[in-house]
Amino acid sequence: MSTAPTTQIQLPLEPEAGRRKLSTAKAITEAITQQMHIDEKVFVMGEDVGPYGGIFSSTTGLLDEFGPERVIDTPISETAFIGLGIGAAVEGMRPVVELMFVDFFGVCMDQIYNHMAKIHYESGGNVRVPMVLMSAAGGGYSDGAQHSQCLWGTFAHLPGMKVVVPSNPYDAKGLMTAAIRSDDPVIYLFHKGIMGLGWMKKNPRSIGAVPTDAYEVPIGKARVAREGTDVSIVTLSLSVHHSLDVAEKLASEGIDVEVIDLRSVVPLDREAIVASVGKTGRLVVVDEDYQSFGLSGEVIATVAEALPGGLKHVSRVAVPDVPIPYASGLEYAVLPTPARIEAAVRKAVAG
Amino acid sequence: MTVQSVLSATDKLDLLRMMVLIRTFEEAILREYHADKSPGFDIGAGLVPGEMHLAAGQEPVAAGIGAHLSLGDAMTATHRPHHLAIAHGVDMRKMAAEIFGRETGLGRGRGGHMHLFDPKVHFSCSGIVAEGLPPALGQAFAFQRAGTDRVAVAVAGEGAANQGAFHEALNLAALWKLPVIFVIEDNDWGISVPRSASTSVPSNAVRAAAYGIPGTRVEDNAVEDIWAAVGEAVRRARAGEGPSLIEVHTLRLWGHFEGDAQGYRGDLEGVPGRDPIPTYQKHLTDAGILDGAAFTEMGAAASTKVEDAIAFAKSSPLPDPADALKYVFTEGAQS
Repeated sequence: MSTAPTTQIQLPLEPEAGRRKLSTAKAITEAITQQMHIDEKVFVMGEDVGPYGGIFSSTTGLLDEFGPERVIDTPISETAFIGLGIGAAVEGMRPVVELMFVDFFGVCMDQIYNHMAKIHYESGGNVRVPMVLMSAAGGGYSDGAQHSQCLWGTFAHLPGMKVVVPSNPYDAKGLMTAAIRSDDPVIYLFHKGIMGLGWMKKNPRSIGAVPTDAYEVPIGKARVAREGTDVSIVTLSLSVHHSLDVAEKLASEGIDVEVIDLRSVVPLDREAIVASVGKTGRLVVVDEDYQSFGLSGEVIATVAEALPGGLKHVSRVAVPDVPIPYASGLEYAVLPTPARIEAAVRKAVAG
Repeated sequence: MTVQSVLSATDKLDLLRMMVLIRTFEEAILREYHADKSPGFDIGAGLVPGEMHLAAGQEPVAAGIGAHLSLGDAMTATHRPHHLAIAHGVDMRKMAAEIFGRETGLGRGRGGHMHLFDPKVHFSCSGIVAEGLPPALGQAFAFQRAGTDRVAVAVAGEGAANQGAFHEALNLAALWKLPVIFVIEDNDWGISVPRSASTSVPSNAVRAAAYGIPGTRVEDNAVEDIWAAVGEAVRRARAGEGPSLIEVHTLRLWGHFEGDAQGYRGDLEGVPGRDPIPTYQKHLTDAGILDGAAFTEMGAAASTKVEDAIAFAKSSPLPDPADALKYVFTEGAQS
């Protein structure tokens, strides 16, 4: 069993992006490819990760490069193959396991939260589970209530898993590299809308500059995606882009919005949140996950504990507590759209 | 590796010796568990708090498996794990210390009796029915990929064979020819529900056919038959021929957990007569392999080892409550 920390070559942290551009999907695949070359213990496993290349292109080309011994299609048996990943990780391998849609966690959650996440603690630190569980999240394309959820708050609520959620190709590569190299289990959630897929409405920032060499984006560090002085939007994933679009629009009216891209939910970069809100005094949390009992409440509680009385405005734009509807008009009524974000920011600065 | 198919007299004595050691440990835990829970039974009170699932009666399963395993082989056990841990070579002092919730325990007091992890012998447990099976596949997968002939034994109760995880695990292990030995301990009872009210087939061994792997049922808690069945399954796994399923009809000598009055149990009257230790003791005595003095010596040696472990546990420091957040992640507590 894996008992000793792995000695690894230090990789640069967040180098300059350079000029080469990749889609988020290709950035993820490049990170996995590089780590598979560096470390023979890394392997990829999941449903349709082989010839298909991942339903959301997260593993495209890996089978050709590494063969079926290291890029392994599984039966539709998430409990069995996620559990297998756990056992392999316990024995020192570094599995990257794909759960096709995060919505499918319901059929395998026991392996995830009672085993993957708890073995290190229950063993008093004697057994490590260096495993990445990556999964597709998010809606906006009429896939209905069982294929459109984000659910990062659900995993974050349960101790023992790190949870990372990139919003762009640069972070996607650096966070995947960090996740594979981490000795802790990491949930890696990519929003389908940031992958740069040809068959889905693309966010313009889903293709971006990515360094060629391997590097890490540190797990647990947020990024100031846009500096501003009037109001802080604390957000993540696809909502970062909606928030940046709103910020650009409102800048012409003299409203100066700061956008914090959390990048990690666990550990949560509470310092970055408090620093930003301490500066602006106004907080809008934008989260595509369900509103109640989740990340948006946690962000607000963090600020309330750190800055009691220091707040001029607090609000949130999240999915009201309803299953994600199918009909497009209904779905967009509950998603955190740019229109909802803009209304919240206007209200924040008016108050 | 050559495979032994016949038990020598020494081997038979070793099986009994292991069974006696396990029973001695379980009796000691029983004693310590109840020592400070009277007059009123409070499950959370005392030096050994919490649920306590003891494995008295199921010793033959552990002894029959353990005899075939080497240091590099893995085992995943259930919420009732002590017998399997002892037979697999888990450090008894550290195991006792974990049961007592001490800093010197296998999990530094973070795990408890249902969550014993000893990486030195690749042993782990799960408190969730059937969910210990999938990780055993991963250990077997790692052994297979490393080109070794190491195997993983995944143990579950008869109730677990009705869980999805059991069927997923059997299919995947068979599909990938993983070196796994699935062992079902059929002790007749899923807490209070008899097997007849939970399982559609008379033997879970027949379920192996659904996955194209060998299935064997061992009756009467017979330790030598268990030994033989496991031996063949281990041979198969080491030879790269894939997994096997073995169901053993064993015995829950005591309650589901301590404090279980077993009012539901209609078979209680016959239970003492089914105790596998006197049964096997008599068998070996009748065969002229064992005499009274040798059996007494077995018990004394077991008692010495067990009491040493209990004393080690009781004299070990408790974990510092200030360290409760330690070990959530590898680099320390984070939120």
